[in-house]
Amino acid sequence: MFDLQGYGHLLWSGAWITIQLAVVSLFFGLIIGLMGAAAKLSSYRFLRWLATAYTTLVRGIPELLLVLTLYLGGSMLLMSIASNFGYDEYIEVGSFAAGVAALSIAFGAYSTEVFRAAMMAIPKGQWEAAYALGMPPTKTFYRVILPQMWKLALPGLGNLFQVLLKDTALVSVVGLNDLMRQAYVASGSTKEPFTFYLVAALIYLGMSAIATLIAAFLERAADPAANAGKTA
Amino acid sequence: MNWSWEVIWEYFPRLIDGVWLTLELVFLSGIIGIIVAVPLALMRTSKNLWISGVPWTYIYFFRGTPLLVQIFLVYYGAAQLSFVRDTVLWELFKEPYFCAVFAFSLNTAAYSAELIRGAIQSIPKGELEAADALGMSPSVKIRRIVLPRAFGIVIPAYGNELILMLKGSALASTITLLDLTGMARTIIARTYTPIEIFTAAGFLYLLMAAVILGIFRLVERRFNRYQVRN
Repeated sequence: MFDLQGYGHLLWSGAWITIQLAVVSLFFGLIIGLMGAAAKLSSYRFLRWLATAYTTLVRGIPELLLVLTLYLGGSMLLMSIASNFGYDEYIEVGSFAAGVAALSIAFGAYSTEVFRAAMMAIPKGQWEAAYALGMPPTKTFYRVILPQMWKLALPGLGNLFQVLLKDTALVSVVGLNDLMRQAYVASGSTKEPFTFYLVAALIYLGMSAIATLIAAFLERAADPAANAGKTA
Repeated sequence: MNWSWEVIWEYFPRLIDGVWLTLELVFLSGIIGIIVAVPLALMRTSKNLWISGVPWTYIYFFRGTPLLVQIFLVYYGAAQLSFVRDTVLWELFKEPYFCAVFAFSLNTAAYSAELIRGAIQSIPKGELEAADALGMSPSVKIRRIVLPRAFGIVIPAYGNELILMLKGSALASTITLLDLTGMARTIIARTYTPIEIFTAAGFLYLLMAAVILGIFRLVERRFNRYQVRN
């Protein structure tokens, strides 16, 4: 159906970069989201204020602007911070690093809300029971709260990952050789932009379909109680 | 790093020019998007698979692929299609402004159609049965009952969709348009002060988002005023 004129492998190598970018950003985004939710539910007013400022700012600013700012302004910012510590060499922020930073900051802002809602849905009695058993708060969080929260947060996180996957295309604007960029390169040299962008679109669709399947699998795995009835 | 207020001050009028283009793009695409979305949503609620399948495919494609791909598909891709390049259509598709509005409209239509479909399906059954009992024809029922009710339900969610579109409109800068992001990029290419100019642009985006949300609060109150008691 599509004659890729030997550019197929280029698209696949781009798709691989896209996947790496999405997964690494997901990892950092989840950590930021958990910290954000903890800050929003904290008893310190300053932390609550900080987390609210973070989510409000990031959710109102275009992701492309974040990517551009961190790519073009990232080295400037890092160098000015480093020079305070006596390091005056040139620091370059590459497109992959800037992309990971921008996408995980964006993902973190949205996942903060998902995690916060999930945390609030865990009955207070769970904390109190663990406290009564003598568990320290950190351990309570990892052993009691997080496994239960996970199940509630997964559907929301799955949707956010779909958004993240699509947002990876923005990093091609600052020169990362992801799927989008390779489609641009291939369409430039073959003069068949429609073919290559359509193929790229279909590859994105395929990746999002696979992500949907993985999310559904994780949701089932996270809910053993729902599965127990189905076996037999 | 030296933060320079002067550069923000000097180029602020240019950024405001960008704000107008951004608002224009969002507003135009929003209107066209709704006009396309309503029939799509109505088709989606059909029980006939041939009728509901077409909007399903459309919505799946536009929600599952990056907006950037869609814009490039329209702006760069159109030139490859001979029925566009060799006809009067080319007068439209060679313009980045038209391509941006075209791609944004199709994109937001897909998201809005899903929202409207959800709203239509959440209208209480009794209201539709009451319309039938009064002898309303299907078209009158849709016009007088289904759509006004659906719009009332969809407004809060549509406000969020508009914010997403506002953020998405930054992609117009990738096809040479001087929207707020495009203007900021041009200024930075000349002054090399990315942090100052992008911060200023970011605040202008936040301001626009706040204004849009504020307007939607008002519209929501007006549309659902029958629900307000006392």
